[in-house]
Amino acid sequence: MSSTVVSTGTRPGTLGTSASRPDGVAKVQGGFAFSSDMWADNMLWGATLRSPHPYARIVSIDVSGAYAIDGVATVITADDVPGKLTYGLIVQDQPVFAAIGDTVRYSGEPIAAVAADHPETCQRALAAIKVVYEVLTPVTDPEDCVSGIAEQIHPDGNIFRHQRIISGDTTIVGAIQVEGTYEIGMQDQAFLGLESALAVPDSGGNGLEMYVATQWLHEDRKQIADCLNIPEENIRLVLGGVGGAFGAREDISLQVHTALLAMKSGRPVRISYGREESFYGHVHRHPAKIWMKHHADSNGKIVKIESRMVFDGGAYCSTSPAVLVNGITHTQGPYKCDNAVVDGWAVRTNNPPCGAMRGFGVVQACFAHESQMEKLAAATGLSPVEIRLLNAMETGDRMITGQIMDSVAPVAQCIRETDAIPMPPPMSSSADLRTIPGGTGLTAQPSNIRRGVGWGVSIKNLMYSEGFDDYSTARCRISDGVVTIKFATSEVGQGFTMLAQQIARTVLGVDDVFLDTIDTQVGSAGSTSASRQTWMSGGAVQAACRAALEKLFDHIAAKNSMNRSELEIEGTDIVDRLTGLRVAVHAAIEGVDIDCTEEYHHPATEDMDENGQGNCHVAYAFVAHRAVVDVDPELGLVKVVQIATAQDVGRVLNPLSAMGQLEGGIAQGLGLAVMEEIIVKDGKVRNPSFTDYLLPTFLDVPTVEMVFIEEHEPKSPLGAKGIGEPPCISVTPAIANAIRQAVGRDLPRVPIRPYDICL
Amino acid sequence: MPVLIPRNVDELVEVFQANPQAKLLAGGTDYMVEVNLHGRKPETMISLRRVKELTEWSVRTNQSRITIGAGVPYADMEHGEIARLVPALAQAARTVGSPQIRAAGTLGGNLGTCSPAGDSLPVLAALGATIHVIGPDGNRDIEFADFMVGVKKNSLQPAEFVHSVSLPLVEGWQGYAKVGTRNAMVISTASACLVRDSDEGFVAIALGSVGPTIIRAHAAESWLMKSTSLRAGSQLAPSIAQEFGRRVAQESRPIDDHRSTADYRRHAIGVLAQRLLTRSFS
Ligand SMILES: Cc1cc2nc3c(=O)[nH]c(=O)nc-3n(C[C@H](O)[C@H](O)[C@H](O)COP(=O)(O)OP(=O)(O)OC[C@H]3O[C@@H](n4cnc5c(N)ncnc54)[C@H](O)[C@@H]3O)c2cc1C
Repeated sequence: MSSTVVSTGTRPGTLGTSASRPDGVAKVQGGFAFSSDMWADNMLWGATLRSPHPYARIVSIDVSGAYAIDGVATVITADDVPGKLTYGLIVQDQPVFAAIGDTVRYSGEPIAAVAADHPETCQRALAAIKVVYEVLTPVTDPEDCVSGIAEQIHPDGNIFRHQRIISGDTTIVGAIQVEGTYEIGMQDQAFLGLESALAVPDSGGNGLEMYVATQWLHEDRKQIADCLNIPEENIRLVLGGVGGAFGAREDISLQVHTALLAMKSGRPVRISYGREESFYGHVHRHPAKIWMKHHADSNGKIVKIESRMVFDGGAYCSTSPAVLVNGITHTQGPYKCDNAVVDGWAVRTNNPPCGAMRGFGVVQACFAHESQMEKLAAATGLSPVEIRLLNAMETGDRMITGQIMDSVAPVAQCIRETDAIPMPPPMSSSADLRTIPGGTGLTAQPSNIRRGVGWGVSIKNLMYSEGFDDYSTARCRISDGVVTIKFATSEVGQGFTMLAQQIARTVLGVDDVFLDTIDTQVGSAGSTSASRQTWMSGGAVQAACRAALEKLFDHIAAKNSMNRSELEIEGTDIVDRLTGLRVAVHAAIEGVDIDCTEEYHHPATEDMDENGQGNCHVAYAFVAHRAVVDVDPELGLVKVVQIATAQDVGRVLNPLSAMGQLEGGIAQGLGLAVMEEIIVKDGKVRNPSFTDYLLPTFLDVPTVEMVFIEEHEPKSPLGAKGIGEPPCISVTPAIANAIRQAVGRDLPRVPIRPYDICL
Repeated sequence: MPVLIPRNVDELVEVFQANPQAKLLAGGTDYMVEVNLHGRKPETMISLRRVKELTEWSVRTNQSRITIGAGVPYADMEHGEIARLVPALAQAARTVGSPQIRAAGTLGGNLGTCSPAGDSLPVLAALGATIHVIGPDGNRDIEFADFMVGVKKNSLQPAEFVHSVSLPLVEGWQGYAKVGTRNAMVISTASACLVRDSDEGFVAIALGSVGPTIIRAHAAESWLMKSTSLRAGSQLAPSIAQEFGRRVAQESRPIDDHRSTADYRRHAIGVLAQRLLTRSFS
């Protein structure tokens, strides 16, 4: 594997500069076509009928009423699925539609879909479908699944995965012990661009073309093809404009429904969810309950960790087994620890299905271990910074999975650099009341407010784990003076299209780089998740560009009698190091035809054994957060004043974009700390709208002071680490710890609600 | 669907009388949510946008009253002259939604919807607003206390509409405070408006989101007026403020829902009452 990095130039648009995004201007001006803006001639609208019950047997479905409505083209149910009746990323246990005789297992589960000439007609058609349910008592307590007393609600059972980690000497007992039970609520990804897909059937009826907002085109295609029972080659998937993802577009939502409606009606069909349906249509962050006990010696050095984690996966598997493994393998956090006993379950209930969300299991584990570190600091008399520095992990350490930390691991540096960031000034007694807790509600005076400071530090694995080869593919074509890059990497707003251009400009010494359509006409890129695309697809684009460059060098050396082995790119020239002869790249590529497709694979990982031992993760990234929070202890209202952070990024490829990832992640972690929660009662979502699912506003997000720790990661093709997930992970416990410090309460659960603080 | 667009109040009276089932549309920030999200299907709409009189406001200095048209948007109450004359209304207006919502949403719409969480309503209740209503039988004035009769229920008769709201200009202190789980753009979980007339030595406090209607805490008000002087220049003992808060909380009738708990709402309303009263003395 090549680990050299093409030198960082200051030439505009190259790596290391704040190159602008190819989609940026259109997005700001409102001209960008999101998947919900797509349109085809003769298009029908699709809509989905969903179960109002979290658990019920379907006695009968009568669709005749829907067909009687003018404008309804087709109605489909489980009977109309020609291929596989279920789908899923890891286990295919989620029905395309719940069938007669079978049960619905969550409130919102699809039962039928219609296609009609107008969205309004669709709504009437859905209302005309008669479903008779035998309502059953839902299983909603994950503990009942662990203990086995719950009714088995699926033939596969109620346990998605049970995995333990046994490491080192489990009999060791620490002089100092701290423990706690922590709870994390169900967070929503809350992307702004709602689910939408357009399916256009081939005229021959053998296949179709689909435009869909997704995180992984090839995986979607595989699952659609299986359900439709047609070869994958007969389906072309094109990326529809994606307005955010955060994990919620990893699973199939409306893809199969839209495709089936189009195939059956023979006409283009578009389905677009509204906000409420979106809450039912995608998986959420797992709610979890985590018990942890830390043993430390009398100096505060961690000697053993015990933990028990229960993740509520909801009705279907999705990525629950992988989320669980991420949770338990990150039990120790970014700290040295030889001995551990960890037991984890991911279980099936009649709650909404949960799966991938930014941080993927590590968010839950981190909230627990960082809450514990604060207790350990208190028990040892050390400061939050001292206890963390004392235990900070380093490269070469053995983790509780037996894996050796072989990534750059600047944990202590992250903590020190964060600590060095100046504190915000104290609150002024004449502060604008809108900027203190309570905001525009004007509930408090500065004298009502107490300030707290809290810490959180985290470790996050990068890429897919446990033996999965999540490779990426890219193609570089140089044709008659034009450089074109093609890949199937989902651009979900993270800026990969910009990065691909930066890489090509840097490697090839060109200024103009064209991007081909993002679709399945090139090999898989893997998913835009797990903080992996800069590393994986960045690696593939670099490899494809380098391969093309080699061919260009062959050509140019022969043509201009240059020394082939001495050629290099300098700025926008090809230079012969021996003779000093130079040719401008833009001139060199005139009349040239080069076409290279390359795959990038990360080093292989392995499954873990029954004791949770194995090299299951590819690489890791670290970050520290310090939160300064103002709290109104009497009303329980909170204002996060400042987040200071130093993040291990390997190398900054685009400063502006990196800053955006950190600020956005911090806002999302803040949301989980103090307001974002899908409230589920008796299996039903009580707040499926932005009226009551609260996201941070401008008055809620803090000032962010950031430092990038740039220690190039030798394993990474560009020297850079994935930076998408870490910002949202340890900021949540940092804020919780700050609130705890301000009010002197335990607060074992996030989101922390006003009444948790003051009642 | 027909949309009727009257150009003045007379035309409005006429078209509404001819179409008593029609739905009035002001800023649409409540009603369009009903249409788009909750499947409400109006048969006829009457747009109020072109009725200029409804968007006007005026002060009658001899009577010390301000009259604000039903079509005045929050954006116009947040700053400027209305804000100077009725600061509690400005504070309440500032808490409503986002700038876009405040540019469109109106006082008449807040009264039309009559939610216990409507932010202008505690201000109207505490100031003892009079609602000027026009209908087929002519004009009538309704005291706010008689206007809001239940959760999202008002006492408007068919084909009646709110023309304007009349508020006294009070010498003294007034303020609005609202608790929500976010620092802006949030539905209130508890809110209160306190008006202290330092000429008359009078206090009024009205509570939002802690009962089916806006609640005037009359018992706490009279206790306070008996227990301490509210006139200009007097002092407030902290124990009085605390006891006032406790008594106000007792008069609230909150519920548990997905936004909060009854216990928290009762607690929060007491804190708000105590703080508003204290603020009125500082
Ligand atoms: C994102 C968002 C945030 C919001 N935040 C808040 C908030 O923080 N606080 C708050 O109080 N409200 C909030 N609202 C609700 C809404 O903005 C207010 O209630 C606003 O006052 C409604 O006014 P409107 O002119 O838009 O009413 P419309 O939607 O036009 O009408 C509402 C109702 O009143 C009736 N109506 C309108 N005018 C009259 C009249 N002159 N006479 C009789 N009936 C009439 C209509 O027929 C309808 O039934 C929010 C709404 C949204 C969408």
